[in-house]
Amino acid sequence: MNNLPKDDLPKNGLPKSAPVTSVLIVEDEESILLSLEFLLAKEGYAVTTARDGAAALRALQARPPDLALLDVMLPLIDGFELCRLIRENPALRGTRIMLVTARGREAEIARGMALGADAYLTKPFSTRELMDKVRALLGVPPPV
Amino acid sequence: MLSGALIVVLSFAYVGLLFAIAYYGDKRADAGRSIIANPYIYTLSLAVYCTSWTFYGSVGRAATSGIGFLPIYLGPTLMAALWWYVLLKMIRISKAHRITSIADFIASRYGKSHLLGGLVTIIAVLGIVPYIALQLKAISASFSTMLQYPNVIASTASLPFLQDNTFYIAMLLAAFTILFGTRHLDATERHEGLVAVIAFESIVKLVAFIAVGVFVTWGMFDGFADVFAKAAAVPELNALLVQGGAAGNYTTWASLTVLSMLAIILLPRQFQVSVVENVNERHLNKAIWLFPLYLFAINIFVLPIALGGLMHFPAGTVDADTFVLTLPMSEQKTWLALLAFVGGLSAATGMVIVETIALSTMVCNDLVMPILLRWKFLRLTESRDLSGLLLGIRRSAIVLVLVLGYGYFYLAGEAYALVSIGLISFTAVAQFAPAMIGGLFWKGGTRLGALCGLSAGFLVWLYSLLLPSFAKSGWLPITFLTEGILGFDLLKPQQLFGLEGLDDISHCLFWSMIANVGCYVDFSLWRRPTAAEHSQANLFVDVFRHITPGSGSRFWRGSATVADLQTLLGRFIGPERANEAFAAYARSQGIPGIEQVSANAVLVHYVESQIAGAIGSASARDMVASVVVEEPLALDEVMAIIDEASQALAYSRQLEQKSRELEAATNELRGANQRLQELDRLKDDFISTVTHELRTPLTSIRAFSEILSDNPQLDPQQRSKFLGIITRESERLTRLINQVLDLAKIESGAADWHPSEVDMREVLEDAVAALSQIYKERNIALELRIPEHPPLVMADRDRITQVALNLLSNAANFCDKPDSRVSITLSEEEAALRIDIADNGIGISPADQAVIFEKFRQVSDTAAGKPRGSGLGLAISREIIHHFGGRLWVESTSGLGAKFSFTLPLPRSSTSFLAA
Repeated sequence: MNNLPKDDLPKNGLPKSAPVTSVLIVEDEESILLSLEFLLAKEGYAVTTARDGAAALRALQARPPDLALLDVMLPLIDGFELCRLIRENPALRGTRIMLVTARGREAEIARGMALGADAYLTKPFSTRELMDKVRALLGVPPPV
Repeated sequence: MLSGALIVVLSFAYVGLLFAIAYYGDKRADAGRSIIANPYIYTLSLAVYCTSWTFYGSVGRAATSGIGFLPIYLGPTLMAALWWYVLLKMIRISKAHRITSIADFIASRYGKSHLLGGLVTIIAVLGIVPYIALQLKAISASFSTMLQYPNVIASTASLPFLQDNTFYIAMLLAAFTILFGTRHLDATERHEGLVAVIAFESIVKLVAFIAVGVFVTWGMFDGFADVFAKAAAVPELNALLVQGGAAGNYTTWASLTVLSMLAIILLPRQFQVSVVENVNERHLNKAIWLFPLYLFAINIFVLPIALGGLMHFPAGTVDADTFVLTLPMSEQKTWLALLAFVGGLSAATGMVIVETIALSTMVCNDLVMPILLRWKFLRLTESRDLSGLLLGIRRSAIVLVLVLGYGYFYLAGEAYALVSIGLISFTAVAQFAPAMIGGLFWKGGTRLGALCGLSAGFLVWLYSLLLPSFAKSGWLPITFLTEGILGFDLLKPQQLFGLEGLDDISHCLFWSMIANVGCYVDFSLWRRPTAAEHSQANLFVDVFRHITPGSGSRFWRGSATVADLQTLLGRFIGPERANEAFAAYARSQGIPGIEQVSANAVLVHYVESQIAGAIGSASARDMVASVVVEEPLALDEVMAIIDEASQALAYSRQLEQKSRELEAATNELRGANQRLQELDRLKDDFISTVTHELRTPLTSIRAFSEILSDNPQLDPQQRSKFLGIITRESERLTRLINQVLDLAKIESGAADWHPSEVDMREVLEDAVAALSQIYKERNIALELRIPEHPPLVMADRDRITQVALNLLSNAANFCDKPDSRVSITLSEEEAALRIDIADNGIGISPADQAVIFEKFRQVSDTAAGKPRGSGLGLAISREIIHHFGGRLWVESTSGLGAKFSFTLPLPRSSTSFLAA
């Protein structure tokens, strides 16, 4: 529907390029990052990672991902701020956002959604729930 | 030879000029454009103090006693320094209560007493009339001296009074005083035209005296130095210039100074110009320094003229009192002589006019009116308009005072009783001092005390000063002086009770003041003051606190009608002026018209004060009482009112105190609440932090558990890696839980301690070994400076190891530079072991240093964002070190690393062990 190439989502399946959906994981806790990376890579997403807010911004600029998994308590720039920056940037209009946080309070969930997050996941999370939400956000059908 | 006619014409022309000035002054006042409403005129009018006694007499006194003339002018100068308090208070009181004379003042202070007012009046008249006579004599003497021009031999023959110009001058002054002193009655009793005249005369006499002084000093001699040098060459004159010689001893100086200090505020004429005629209190501020300046100016040439005269005229040929006149005459300076004559005339007439007004007001208000009003058969209290009668009495009193003055002058002539009257007058008015000054500052003074004091002082004055002056004049047998009354030696009037060695004035001042002050104080203390006295005492002494016009009403209770009050006022000051006064009252109260005025205590007080201006406060009170049904206040009630006031004061002080305490308590509560909120916030933060710290390892554990369970085909390497993560995160979780529990235990005192002798070297080496892997991984160099056999300390080995581990892992956490170093140093200081663990990492800011040891607080590491630990390690470590009696602290410079240190006390015996 949209003719502008930069707005094309990979899942629309341009014939020549690989129909790979990209995911950016921003998480400062090494072991959690590792688990997320494993889970997403296993389902065929192109995964990039960042361990703090600054690295995340660089990654976002280098290649707008289809999905950003954001930890809230991050060094330098926290997840809420990243969320806001993504929503302010027209180039990142197609990026879905999921906040993943150890802070489970209602008020914080509300704040994240208000800032433009598409989904919210509380730590510790079920890996199946995580992947269901990721697929739902990206419009990918569940594996058979 | 100057013709007598010329001098007479000149004199009358001068008095005519005074008329013109007075007329102009009154006209301007009526038009509302006062010419006297400035501090300079006020100061000049105060200079009425300088009479012909100053103008001629100072020189005379200087010629016989040298600098002995000075105390009369030093006194007022000293007193001027106290004016800002004493005189200001008198002015404030007089304005508030419409007091118009010193007799009225004293009567009003002591419960509006007729008797006291009358007594003061009698003393004033007796003391002052001779003084007026002295002025007339000065006019007469200067006149006859001028007639001899250019000869300077004074004629002493007195003329029959009908041919005596002095008599006409006296009558002219009476006419003048009547015309400008009693034009109409009003409450303020102020006379602007008169004040203008007095100020003008003050200028004339000053100019004249200085002119003569300049002439003598530079015309006849070569300046001050020449005069004094030539005088010093003459032994008799030299003696005049030395204190203690002819100038009198210190006692004389002191008593003259005190006398003149009192005179400047108590002489009726001074009271008149400084208090009654005062337009604005603030004029006092300038007068305080300007008036002494005037006195200085008029005295500066006294000595040159006296010495010049003594050197110029053969000894004894010319009366020194006439030097001011005779020196210009002998030098044929006609116009200068005439100027001097006019100056003397100014000094004398100014005094006579003001003194006469003051005395006539007193005679009318405090002597005649009270008596007339008391004579029921005159039915004065029912008369419709008394203002005419009042004016008549005033005018008669003026004539009477001047006639008495002239009579005394005519009879006394050259007698001692007239010549020395100046100081005798001063001593008479000094008798007012205890009642006056006591009344201003002591609430305890009573009517009885004032009456007794005044009477006693007055009698002593009469006996030891006035009668002896009569004796010296030959009017009483001289044996009165030499043998005392009835031959009692102790009663010799000038050596009372054997007191010898004092001059007449000091002697009289001494005894009269002892009698006066003694009676005043003793009789005041003897009886409690009545209600009226008490209320007046409060109003006078506390005048600076009661400033509202209605202040007197506090102590009044009764009922009256407005019409009655207006009629009453009309009877004394005339219906028209009464109407004006009521309109003014309505304006001041913010009431639209007279019709709306209501008869309350404020109005009654207002009317009373208006009437007081016309007939004195004591009579005014009686008059108002005749139309007001007053419910007398008993002393008890007045005391009750005062008590009530002081209770209210005390109560409000208590309230103030209470509200201060309340405020303090509120502040404390607020502080406590803030601390609580802060604690609450800390607890929330802590829980939030702990929650986060718990969730993080749990997340990894759950995620990898599910991964392992969902992916059975994982290669073994990956599988063991994930299992390792699960194990590590589980340990982390355990550690955190342990720390939280640990701190809770230590804080609650439930912790188990296992003290034993601990070798710190072993402890530190164990800790280093435990962390060596981490240090190696992070490439941090470790440096140990630990002696071989450190003294043992008593501690729980595991706990101390926990502290060492905590500090070492903190150090590692803060080291993120490539060449990171951590050093461990063990040393000994003052009966303790000291361990320093220093790193070269990012350091800790001063703000963070203050809080890192508090539990739940962590370095707010902006670079790291997320705390690197639970925030409990340091809190626990400090608790442990404190438990064993040591200290734990940090020194750090941001960016240059941090050094954590702790001490552990050594057992006493082990100190020597280490030293060995």
